[in-house]
Amino acid sequence: MMNSSGAAVVARGLTVVRGDRTVLSGLDFTVWPGRITGLLGPSGCGKSTLMRALVGTQARVTGTLEVLGRPAGDASLRSRIGYVTQAPSVYDDLTVRQNLDYFASVLLPGRRRAEIRRQHITRVIEDVDLASHADALAGRLSGGQRSRVSLAVALLGTPELLVLDEPTVGLDPVLRRDLWNLFHRLADERGTTILVSSHVMDEAERCHRLLLMREGELLAEDTPDALRARTRSETVEQAFLHLVDQADAAARNSSRDAAADPDPFQENHR
Amino acid sequence: MTTTHAAPAAVSPRPGLAPSAARTLATAARVLRQLRHDPRSIALMLLVPCLMLFLLRYVFDGSPRTFDSIGASLLGIFPLITMFLVTSIATLRERTSGTLERLLAMPLGKGDLIAGYALAFGLIAIIQSLLATGLSLWALGLDIVGSPWLLLLVALLDALLGTALGLFVSAFAASEFQAVQFMPAVIFPQLLLCGLFTARANMQPVLEGISNVLPMSYAVDAMTEVLRHPDATGDFLRDVLVVAGCAVLVLALGAATLRRRTA
Repeated sequence: MMNSSGAAVVARGLTVVRGDRTVLSGLDFTVWPGRITGLLGPSGCGKSTLMRALVGTQARVTGTLEVLGRPAGDASLRSRIGYVTQAPSVYDDLTVRQNLDYFASVLLPGRRRAEIRRQHITRVIEDVDLASHADALAGRLSGGQRSRVSLAVALLGTPELLVLDEPTVGLDPVLRRDLWNLFHRLADERGTTILVSSHVMDEAERCHRLLLMREGELLAEDTPDALRARTRSETVEQAFLHLVDQADAAARNSSRDAAADPDPFQENHR
Repeated sequence: MTTTHAAPAAVSPRPGLAPSAARTLATAARVLRQLRHDPRSIALMLLVPCLMLFLLRYVFDGSPRTFDSIGASLLGIFPLITMFLVTSIATLRERTSGTLERLLAMPLGKGDLIAGYALAFGLIAIIQSLLATGLSLWALGLDIVGSPWLLLLVALLDALLGTALGLFVSAFAASEFQAVQFMPAVIFPQLLLCGLFTARANMQPVLEGISNVLPMSYAVDAMTEVLRHPDATGDFLRDVLVVAGCAVLVLALGAATLRRRTA
């Protein structure tokens, strides 16, 4: 049930205001089905707000935002989108399996579907590789394990669109690789559309398409290869910096008192 | 969405909008499971009221009539206070842990969530009231004229009112610190004005007027009716309806504070 253009998400003039600050200003972009789209940019550039707008939990959204052929936030979308917030949102005082049990019965309620729920739960526990911790309290798990529980919840019910807010933050390299392999498996085998945010530019290479963001605006929308070729850069990180410089130069030319951004990559310098 | 024949997982066309008994029950079961991992909280919820009544009985050792009236009132007040505290903290945790945002992005109705909480804590309240009422009537010699079942009914409605107030208030608390401070702010004035310390008719008229619009006053009045009359009187019925009405009203207000879209 895509829209006529076949896109999973279409945004036109997407604008979000929080307080008196414009967090997203007039974004136009498209997310293609069955692909992994990376949403990249420095911390605080509006990635999480964009994702919240997509899943319909963000207030004061204007412009056009169509998700799986429906306006974002439409009630019929709630069982078709899996959403993982940046901080793991699971019950610390329940075991991994009890967490999944509850969220599964919200998605697939009723006694008739108990068997289907059991299958889903077994599958997602394997997907995130937590079988050995299935009966541990979520609060007792490490940070990386808890974020995988949170991801497992989003995989319940086989959503058509997965919205993942920095799912690999704080994970060790092996786990990060495993998760990216899982994302590719979901896209290739189940045709899941994935929108994944990160402020770590080296993850960009693993995406099919990229949305580069900075200060609530979209710098570029393309494949990693095309971005590198267009900016004659070795890596997506360099391409990003090139685009930032270009945008700054353009801003300086158009207005003398353009506010300069001191360091868009602070997060990576830690 | 393609439909297949006899698909057991067929999704209703408008998921999440119709109230769902299955989701409500699942929510209640989840809340109780969370509590089960916290046996100390359960013990405190169930035993502290009993301990207070026990203390009270011997504080008024020389005047059993005073114990009768205060004890009966407290049987209505304890469930309200306990459930208020437990619910306000539990829903605040739900808000701050991000699970509320996740649930509201899923096909869960706000009513399902609230009813689930009310059901789970209502069950705890029944156990608490059974223990406290049983102890007072059979071990501490609380002397009531009416039926113990009516005492239990009022206690249950009070617990629901406490759940409702806690849910509502948690929307205005940004932290557990603030949530706990709402207890003295919301509960203590009602405690002072509900007629526990002196008959409401003896209060300064303005205070009496205020006490007339506070739900706890009716909870205590209802308990007093059971204490003094063998059958459910008209006044008792009115008091019970007021408490139940307040609980429903505040629950609806609480539901309104759950927003799917937040800034």
